[in-house]
Amino acid sequence: MGSIRFDKIEKVFATPGGDVKVLEDINLEIGEKEFVAIVGPSGCGKTTCLRMVAGFEAPSSGVVSVSGRPITAPGPDRAVVFQQFALFPWKTVTQNIELGLRNKKVASGDRARLIEGALSLMNLESHRDAFPHQLSGGMQQRVAIARAYVLDPEVLLMDEPFGALDAQTRVVMQEELVRLARVNPRTVLFITHAVEEAVYLADRVAIMTRRPGRIKEVLDVRSVRQSEGWDRFQRIEDVMDLPSFVHLRTQIWKSLREEKGSQGV
Amino acid sequence: MDRAPLSLMQTVLWGLLGAAAFIGLWGFLSLSGIVPRQFLPAPWEVVQRFVQLLTEPFAGATLPQHLASSFQRYASGVLLAAVIGVPLGLLMGWFRLLDDIVSPIFDGLRFIAPIAWVPFAALWFGTGVGGPIMIIFAGAFPPCLINAYRGAKFVEPRLIEAARMLGTGHLRMIVEILLPAAIPSIVAGLRVSAGLGWQSLVGAELIVAAAGVGFMMVQAQGSVQTPTVMAGMIAIGLVGMLIDILLQRGEASMRRRRGLAA
Repeated sequence: MGSIRFDKIEKVFATPGGDVKVLEDINLEIGEKEFVAIVGPSGCGKTTCLRMVAGFEAPSSGVVSVSGRPITAPGPDRAVVFQQFALFPWKTVTQNIELGLRNKKVASGDRARLIEGALSLMNLESHRDAFPHQLSGGMQQRVAIARAYVLDPEVLLMDEPFGALDAQTRVVMQEELVRLARVNPRTVLFITHAVEEAVYLADRVAIMTRRPGRIKEVLDVRSVRQSEGWDRFQRIEDVMDLPSFVHLRTQIWKSLREEKGSQGV
Repeated sequence: MDRAPLSLMQTVLWGLLGAAAFIGLWGFLSLSGIVPRQFLPAPWEVVQRFVQLLTEPFAGATLPQHLASSFQRYASGVLLAAVIGVPLGLLMGWFRLLDDIVSPIFDGLRFIAPIAWVPFAALWFGTGVGGPIMIIFAGAFPPCLINAYRGAKFVEPRLIEAARMLGTGHLRMIVEILLPAAIPSIVAGLRVSAGLGWQSLVGAELIVAAAGVGFMMVQAQGSVQTPTVMAGMIAIGLVGMLIDILLQRGEASMRRRRGLAA
């Protein structure tokens, strides 16, 4: 299991209208098996943070490292769950989940066992031979999560994974992810603009400023969750009604509002 | 254009009307003597000749035999174009360096009409099998390469990112991600290739010594047998249409299986 470290990150994008600085002095450390959510106004560069850990983009200055190793390229040690699922349409559910294992040269017997585990983890057994276009959005995202989990990655990177789902499916997936995270804790970097989602899922929530994005504050949710016993509740709406939850949510919400307010939105 | 779809009956009817008008005009021009008869044979003369050629040999073989011989060269040429063009296109779509090296040469060469290769095809590969295949190849190759290349270039970036994140190497990326993603584009390219290859046939058979529809037409032209030349043209047109219809069907069924609009 790995840790993630952002060290004095700056990111500048060259555009036809000149250079745009999207990230400024990002410093954040995510410990082993810690679930950290980043929230921020749209365009603040939160997705760019995740893409740098994934290895899709390089920082303009500073170092992003996983378990102490600076990142140079994408790899299966850092599995990504994308907002738009990004499943391979010509591969079945099983084949989608299997690709990463084949790339890691896992022997076929072990592969079958791991795939079986991932299918049952995400309740996908009855869809193993389906193609993505035959599945609902929620089911497709289950496949994408299974595809990431099966690799047993050092860190899991989730980029607004539930953003493309309808409200009901979204709630089911959030509850499911909490179940996964409690049963089988992982190092997770989770990007979202939904404040409730962040508070419900994460151990810590990092709030970003508007562009150029900086980390404004980091809130500890875990200690509140533990002292207030959120995990006694199965359903997200019961947790969301707790005064301690409402308090944290409002605190983050106000912090984000200041960001939007300063822009005149 | 935005208009109400015609029923099948209407479509067929209008099609027949168009054909009738065309044949009528042709017959009129030929019969009235506006165009001398030996330059433009009457439609029924051509049809008669066509039927005759089905069983009666001309230039050493019957029309079906000539067609069979042509088809062999054609299929070899198109197959060769696909076998080289598709992988090369995919490789160029993935490896930027290869793209930079090959693209300038290819962009120049592809504007040379297949028929311009006739002298060199004969010199390099002879007048038997090789030369004509090379000319058909020259016609069929560019669409194969271009469409495979474009298909590979326009794969959804997210899918490439997903594959890279899963640790996919170059070979597997090309075979399991770029190729399947590019299939609709590749199939569309093969259809164009098949058409252009067939169009290059007569040019390819200018240099043939023994058999083929193009060869038959060149022989008939030598002895000013215009009905035979036209019968050959009709045979080429009909077979070309048939090939296109079959490939169109194949393409539509492939798109349906993929869940794409047909």
